Amino acid sequence: MIATSYAVPSIIVFVGAAIIIIVGALGVITFKNPVHCALSLIMTLFGVAIAFIAQQADFLAAVQIIVYAGAIVVLFLFVIMFLGVDRTDHVHVEPLVAQRPLAALGVVITLGGLVALMAQSHWVTGVMSASTDGKPLESGTANVHQLGTSVFTTYLFAFEATAALLVIAVVGAVLLARRERTLQADEVEV
Amino acid sequence: MNPLLALSDPLFDHGVTGVIILIVLIKIVVGFGALMNAVILMIWFERKAISDMQSRIGPQRWGPFGLLQTMADGLKLMGKEDLIPAEADRFVFKLAPFLVVIPAFITFAIVPIGGTMHIAGHVVQLQMANPPMGILLMLAMSGISVYGVMLAGWSSGSKYPLLSSVRASAQMISYEAALGMTIVIVILVTGSLTTHDIVLSQGGNILHWNLIRLGLVPFAIFLIAITAELNRPPFDVVEAESELVGGFHTEYSSFRFAIFFLAEFMNTITMSAVMVTLFFGGPAGWVPPVAHLKWIFPILWFLIKTTIFCFCYIWFRAALPRFRYDQLMDLGWKRLIPLSLGWMLIVAGFLISWRWGLLMGSVVIFAWLVLTRAFELGKTRESGPERVLPTIGQRPIPGSVIRKMSEGDS
Amino acid sequence: MTTVPVVSSSITIPSIHYLAILPVIILLGASVVLVFATALVRTKVTQFVASSVTVAASVAVLVVTYFQWRCLDSSGPSTTIAHAIVLDGFSVVATGVVAVSLLMATLVAHDWALRERIVGAEYQILALAASAGAVLMTQANDLVVIFLGLEILSLGLYVLVAFDRHRHTSAEAALKYFLLGGFASAIFIYGAALVYGATGSTNLSTMSYFLASNVLTHPGLLYAGFALLIVGFSFKIAAVPFHLWSPDVYEGAPTPVTGFMASIVKVGAFAAFVRVLISALGTQIDTWRPILWVLVVLTTVVGASVALLQRNAKRMLAYSSINHAGFILLGIWAGTTRGVASTLFYIVTYAPTVVATFAVVTLVGGLGDENHSIGGYRGLARRQPWLGASMCVLLLSQLGAPLTSGFYAKYSVLASTIDVGGSPLALIALLSAAIAACFYLRWSSALYSDEPVEATRIVVPLSTGIVIGVGVAMTLVFGIWPGPLVTLCQHATLLFTP
Repeated sequence: MIATSYAVPSIIVFVGAAIIIIVGALGVITFKNPVHCALSLIMTLFGVAIAFIAQQADFLAAVQIIVYAGAIVVLFLFVIMFLGVDRTDHVHVEPLVAQRPLAALGVVITLGGLVALMAQSHWVTGVMSASTDGKPLESGTANVHQLGTSVFTTYLFAFEATAALLVIAVVGAVLLARRERTLQADEVEV
Repeated sequence: MNPLLALSDPLFDHGVTGVIILIVLIKIVVGFGALMNAVILMIWFERKAISDMQSRIGPQRWGPFGLLQTMADGLKLMGKEDLIPAEADRFVFKLAPFLVVIPAFITFAIVPIGGTMHIAGHVVQLQMANPPMGILLMLAMSGISVYGVMLAGWSSGSKYPLLSSVRASAQMISYEAALGMTIVIVILVTGSLTTHDIVLSQGGNILHWNLIRLGLVPFAIFLIAITAELNRPPFDVVEAESELVGGFHTEYSSFRFAIFFLAEFMNTITMSAVMVTLFFGGPAGWVPPVAHLKWIFPILWFLIKTTIFCFCYIWFRAALPRFRYDQLMDLGWKRLIPLSLGWMLIVAGFLISWRWGLLMGSVVIFAWLVLTRAFELGKTRESGPERVLPTIGQRPIPGSVIRKMSEGDS
Repeated sequence: MTTVPVVSSSITIPSIHYLAILPVIILLGASVVLVFATALVRTKVTQFVASSVTVAASVAVLVVTYFQWRCLDSSGPSTTIAHAIVLDGFSVVATGVVAVSLLMATLVAHDWALRERIVGAEYQILALAASAGAVLMTQANDLVVIFLGLEILSLGLYVLVAFDRHRHTSAEAALKYFLLGGFASAIFIYGAALVYGATGSTNLSTMSYFLASNVLTHPGLLYAGFALLIVGFSFKIAAVPFHLWSPDVYEGAPTPVTGFMASIVKVGAFAAFVRVLISALGTQIDTWRPILWVLVVLTTVVGASVALLQRNAKRMLAYSSINHAGFILLGIWAGTTRGVASTLFYIVTYAPTVVATFAVVTLVGGLGDENHSIGGYRGLARRQPWLGASMCVLLLSQLGAPLTSGFYAKYSVLASTIDVGGSPLALIALLSAAIAACFYLRWSSALYSDEPVEATRIVVPLSTGIVIGVGVAMTLVFGIWPGPLVTLCQHATLLFTP
């Protein structure tokens, strides 16, 4: 399933998706205007969705678009527009001396590490997929079925714990966004 | 088999040949052409219907019953000068109209407009595409269409369009949750994501339609949420003329403006079609037992149902006053989202057994009581904005204005 | 003609051992109860009610851990819910420590909230949820669950750190913590993804089984994965060089929150760290040991030496906690049963000590939580002998002076290190302890200084006083008579499921 059966269309799709992803990612870090960065991010997310479809993870691809492109980046843009931070900033003073060369060095080291990693590793050395008992992902409705099954069996507890995470996130967000109120001097608490 | 082609469309079951590519191309061209024509008719229909409701005549000069009026308007718009504001972000400004129109078209691609046909020995579904992710594509596209509106407003470099786009993004995201939840209810009973299966599962008699089967509430929520997603009246705070000049497309002119206009009506038609697909059995309906008419009747049924919904939107626009922005948000967050969530639990319960259904029903009623209590208390709490403006009649006039007025040196 | 696919195959919900997840349920349940009370009761939930609920929940968790322990004694360690949760001695003891930390921190925060006139149950809601996250981390047997526990813990703490919003240092600290914490979580989840790619499972047991029964010819992916996991954990436990957030956050956060954070994050993160490195990646010990070696050296030495330069009590304690993190890492570096037991012992003794220490700092900080220079402690023991003496004992325990619990904790991690041939490492750590001794002793001597200082007498509220008393008592009892606790930790570690 893995390496041998790649047909030409798959390769074309993969290369296309990869180009979209990388160009988008580069755009995110190189554009000066935050709105353009957010747009590049959407491009990356779309590329990832295409890659998911090519891997037969249709549901994941749809969710990727709905959640990330459809909601999260919209919220980014919302904040950018609301706060009016969409003006180009030029940092004249370097807060940390020599951080740019150091960052470049870091990038080189990371890239070197990645290349070494690619030369040194088999990307999937384990079983095909833990969630489907080693069976490959199926397409269409069966795909959703597999996903649902693993959510309610293998990852049941993680799924439930996510609810707790969301609750605490909401409580925290409300608390931070709320108007501050402390007990006034003349009020007495029982 | 190549994973890319492992779609649920029987057309691709035996690989791709030249004939199949041709069939797909024809489907796309016909679909696109039909949608474009429908838009032209829809604009005419809307103007005529509204005119009738307001005791006016409406367009009548061009063509029979003024049918060609839209064409004339379109030609006129294209002939106008294309303006780009100086403060605009030129690339995004040009991109935005397409971001509105493309999702509208892609969504239409998954709508089954008829049953199946036999062309050149192939079974062809009368829908442009039947992707495995099915109805999720519609959700994804409605998520994407926010960008068109948002970016149009932002890139105009102007105040009112920006306000409009901020409103639009908040509104569309809020209603997407309720929208998604009702779609989940439909998927629950269908057991499949594809629009084809959704339509098939509603076949048979009218009692199988999701409208009846799911108990009206999901449909009502969907109708409200989709109207808000479309920014149609009464939820058109995005382009509220009295507050925001023309909304997000204030700065657009010529062809780009025409595209926004086109997209709005295209969206209306597409969403009517989606609604028919999800709740009204799509092309399901009585078919005469004549062999050669079997394929055309479903299409007719589909067209009739869709037209009814298109008319509903026009009716809303003529009859309902616009919501205030905070009312709109309240409706979305405090009513529709809890209601759709609760209804989903009830439907899921009844799918298992009636005991579970009743249990879920009581849970939902309890949750509703708790929520009501919380909302009531929330109103009395000192939270929210620091200072709420009083109603219009007593709105405070800034001191400087009063001074200027009394000094008489405006 | 396609037909509607009927999905008929029913799924088998994995069996759930409710006793194992009862602590999490209690903590989250109490948190949700308080949320509901806030939303549904017309009057404001008073501090008394909120704190009572929290204290009741933590006591309940302690009771549950007792029953869990008995269950363990009779039927041995087990995993439940599709092996996502583990019930073993280690998790039970760590859960107990979380409960004790929560209990003590709540009592301190109660007085602090009354002093600062803070209204509402938000502090308790978030503290309960964060503790639930920490308990999840101690019990998790799956990288996904560890991540979720980490996020629940961190989200609660981000908001708690920002709790005191009228001080802008608090908001600044929260932002720093949030950004770096989010970054660390991203690194962690990337590492988890790579490890999943290399082993085909996120489950720690399955992972360890796979690694024990297969030889990876090209293990680059696995190495990169657990290197990233180690980086993620190092952020959370503030190991050098991933410690930069720690002093600012410790300083900016409201002091009771700092105490809570210092104890509970250490418990949760170290428990999960031990589980990932020892039980899942135990076969790879030769690979991760050098990484930990460097981490330990940097953490102990930098923590101790930079602490010397600090003039702010909270910053100094932050660096001291970095130093402690290095020591706790030593036990993991050893990788033996004894090492794990000593790590557990260190956590058990360190958590109450640090909460009690910050309780004193809260009191000295005074109204507004501002007075945190070391100078503020000058002559404290002369003015208020009990408070001063308590602080002195707590500091000496952190130093590792004999007759305090800190001594045996340091001794046991060093001993377990030397056991496996880590003498140089032990020597370096010991050296750092000597450096650290300088500032602990300087601080302690300041407490007894003769110089007359204009200072108002600090009122010790009842519940904070109890916490300080209990902290000191635990320090002294476990210091003089560590036997039972040592036995408990060793027993717990023997019940550790690989």
